[in-house]
Amino acid sequence: MASQVNKRAENATRRDFMKIAGLSGVGLMLGFTTKANGAVASVVNISEQAPAAVLSFELLPFVVIDNAGGITLINHRPDMGQATWQAVPMMIAEELEVSLDQIKIQQSDGLRKYGGQLSGGSSTVRTGWGRLRQAGAAAREMFVQAAATRWNANKADCYAKEGKIYHKPTGKSLTYGELVEDASKLVVPKDIPLKAKKDFKVLGKSLPRPEVPSKVTGQAQFGMDVEVPGMLFASIERCPAIHGKVVSIDDTNAKKVAGVKMVVKAERPLPYKTLESVAVLADNYWAALQGRKALKIQWDNGNYPAEMTTDKYFAQLREAAKKEAPSYSNIGNVSEAIGKAAKKLEAQYETPFLAHAPMEPEVAVAHVKEDGTCEIWAPVQGPDGAIEQVSQYLGIAPEKMKVNVPFLGGAFGRKAYLDFVLEAVNLSKQAKAPVKVVWTREDDIQQGPYRPGMLSAMRGGVDANGNIVAFEHTLIGESISGQVFKSFPEGKPDPWAGEGISHEESPYAFPNAKVGFTRVTTDIPIVWWRSVYASNSGFGHESFVDELAHAAGKDPLAVRMELMKDQPRFLNVLKTLGEKSNWNQKLPAGMGKGIAITKSFGSICGHVVYVKKEGTGVKIDRVVSVIDCGMYVNPDNIRAQTEGNIVMGISAATKPGITFADGKVQQSNFHQYRVLRMNEMPKVEIHIIENEEAPGGVGEPGLPPVAAALCNAIFSATGQRIRKLPFDLSKLS
Amino acid sequence: MAAITLTINGKSHEMDVDPRMPLLWAIRDVAGLKGTKFGCGISQCGACTVHIDGKPSRSCSYPVQAAAGKKITTIEGIGSEDNLHAVQKAWIEEQVPQCGYCQSGQIMSAVALLESKPKPTDEDIDNAMSGNICRCGTYQRVRKAIHSAAANKKGNGITGK
Repeated sequence: MASQVNKRAENATRRDFMKIAGLSGVGLMLGFTTKANGAVASVVNISEQAPAAVLSFELLPFVVIDNAGGITLINHRPDMGQATWQAVPMMIAEELEVSLDQIKIQQSDGLRKYGGQLSGGSSTVRTGWGRLRQAGAAAREMFVQAAATRWNANKADCYAKEGKIYHKPTGKSLTYGELVEDASKLVVPKDIPLKAKKDFKVLGKSLPRPEVPSKVTGQAQFGMDVEVPGMLFASIERCPAIHGKVVSIDDTNAKKVAGVKMVVKAERPLPYKTLESVAVLADNYWAALQGRKALKIQWDNGNYPAEMTTDKYFAQLREAAKKEAPSYSNIGNVSEAIGKAAKKLEAQYETPFLAHAPMEPEVAVAHVKEDGTCEIWAPVQGPDGAIEQVSQYLGIAPEKMKVNVPFLGGAFGRKAYLDFVLEAVNLSKQAKAPVKVVWTREDDIQQGPYRPGMLSAMRGGVDANGNIVAFEHTLIGESISGQVFKSFPEGKPDPWAGEGISHEESPYAFPNAKVGFTRVTTDIPIVWWRSVYASNSGFGHESFVDELAHAAGKDPLAVRMELMKDQPRFLNVLKTLGEKSNWNQKLPAGMGKGIAITKSFGSICGHVVYVKKEGTGVKIDRVVSVIDCGMYVNPDNIRAQTEGNIVMGISAATKPGITFADGKVQQSNFHQYRVLRMNEMPKVEIHIIENEEAPGGVGEPGLPPVAAALCNAIFSATGQRIRKLPFDLSKLS
Repeated sequence: MAAITLTINGKSHEMDVDPRMPLLWAIRDVAGLKGTKFGCGISQCGACTVHIDGKPSRSCSYPVQAAAGKKITTIEGIGSEDNLHAVQKAWIEEQVPQCGYCQSGQIMSAVALLESKPKPTDEDIDNAMSGNICRCGTYQRVRKAIHSAAANKKGNGITGK
């Protein structure tokens, strides 16, 4: 890695500078051994053209510039389709004064100098907005200073543009490549004033994403596409009851399959428990899969067939709803207010377990080498987490690890859970060879981890004047921090599950309001799923606001505006939604409209859904969406992410979830775990609010309000209130 | 094992494989063309779509033996970054891909659709494209890109280049 190549930091004040000298340095700096992601090939080309002359300088951890003119910016957040591959370089480039077509992009490898590298929580732009622009600005200032010194000119007379420094009085210029060696000897300046939004040249523009051409020509390298010389392919048979044990293995027939090299007992380390399995390793994937099918394994399913069922779990949630819950926020006195209310409402909303089902199933290549090092090639959401978990698993120093992250073929939270990487590590250690573990779609659907199924227990009251006087939401179910991290704060609500529903994020001016959480444990493995608990809780929360609005005899949009009148950003989203959706238009018979709004991951998103009755159900006619995510990077990508959230939200609401019976998952592939398809796609339009607020997230905030807006529209069209997901759009009455 | 010769993108590939091996794995792991993707293995998602004698086919469920002697086209045979097909151009213009994993299959289905129906209606698009799942949810852009490719192409049949 770059910083290890040459540690000649020449004095303490210059410890931030890492000079990468020579070709071996360039080679080592770059992560991929196979032809990946464009960046590698480009830099290699430079080396070929001018072998002895090219020197690369890492001015800052995110900015690497060579004296042949190459500019490489590091993307430290793996790209799973949310477009960090462009967003991170755009933030740096804005202040560095380079255009996107001048740069190469490279994925980070997990080293600490890049900071947290997990793509999750819609956090890349939110956390990078200051830091990455500051990195670009610091590098630019170093070039300005280097040029001013070279010309013996005033710094104030020098300015940066398109990768060059110009001297205003004379018009002469020097490229960054010509200046980089001098610039690398300077101290990294700090706290440089950053541009105002009105001065942005790159940020805020719908620029084409640089990796898209490779994704339409089949050239983009995904985790599934990695090949390492000498690697074996593994397909792993796992116990039908996820936590069961291997009793005996008969591999006679498996070993007869041409290409099968070995059959071994394997393990699947979850963060809190290690599961047992049997792996077939072969010289090609198909042989490994055939070998797996030929295995005869006796399993001990324990009590799981009787104990681990979703019916039983949801019955426990309904039971737990009777208990008082620890709260995120508690204003006034809900019980007292409901006691006095003219109309008292109570309802329970249920959301299912869901698989992430990224189009690329889980896949990882690991090579535990004889010299005690380990190299990984895998579509993981965080290379730093992979270094941490794998080095701990192997008992080696993190410095002995190298993690290469190709593009992720979707993830949605699944690929932040590194069981599949540890499986490959375990098998590579056993096989003493690089091993590629490839999950089947059935493995992906049936092995978890899943979004937890949850219950929202709602109570509310409306007074005689039609005012909503009380609102209570208790979210009930398994805790991710409890199950995955063994860190549930007893007596308190789950630290993450209040996203989108706590008073801070759903600041309706109810005089009495309580939002709480009750944990019910399960052995069904769970993890974060796009928008995490807000994907569950948004349904009950915003559906119940609708129920209360109807009970109060008020328009669902108008009542929200009234209750948000002191919340200008919410109010603006609601007002814009009303205008863009033409909310007050008279609808033809058989049509209905629904609205919902959620703030999650730092952004406010509202949807209006129009449905029309068709046969025994409804058809979604149109979705109008408004998002306020503050200042932003690429508006076209905000539209793309929100379109995606709407599609995923409709799938989550109307397609089968994951159910367990007899200890097993009852769905196996896309014929049973169905998702939205082209013929079901409604017209969708996205509107973005313009302001100069700090950036919010974009990858998730569009999802939580989808189900509620849809079900509120169904109520408006049919009078039927849906309180349990999933449901079938075509069979409502 | 059996000696099989495949013709992929006009090039001959000789291989010694299990004749029941799905064409998908022969294309990816033996011929080394990684653009065609594995998504489900049971013809449900369309990520593995290739053209066999011009017809869109799910290579994950097509025995390699049955493909011998036929003309196979994969995404790599449709166009390259230097020589994009009209459909690929439209895909870039509309910025269709998000993660991109399903997009080879989407494009193969779309190219086949436009070859049989140069001016497809929304219903034609629903019929031709509903076998291709996109979990990122790019359907609206796929639809728009197909209409845009249809509008931009000239002459009969989408030669595209």
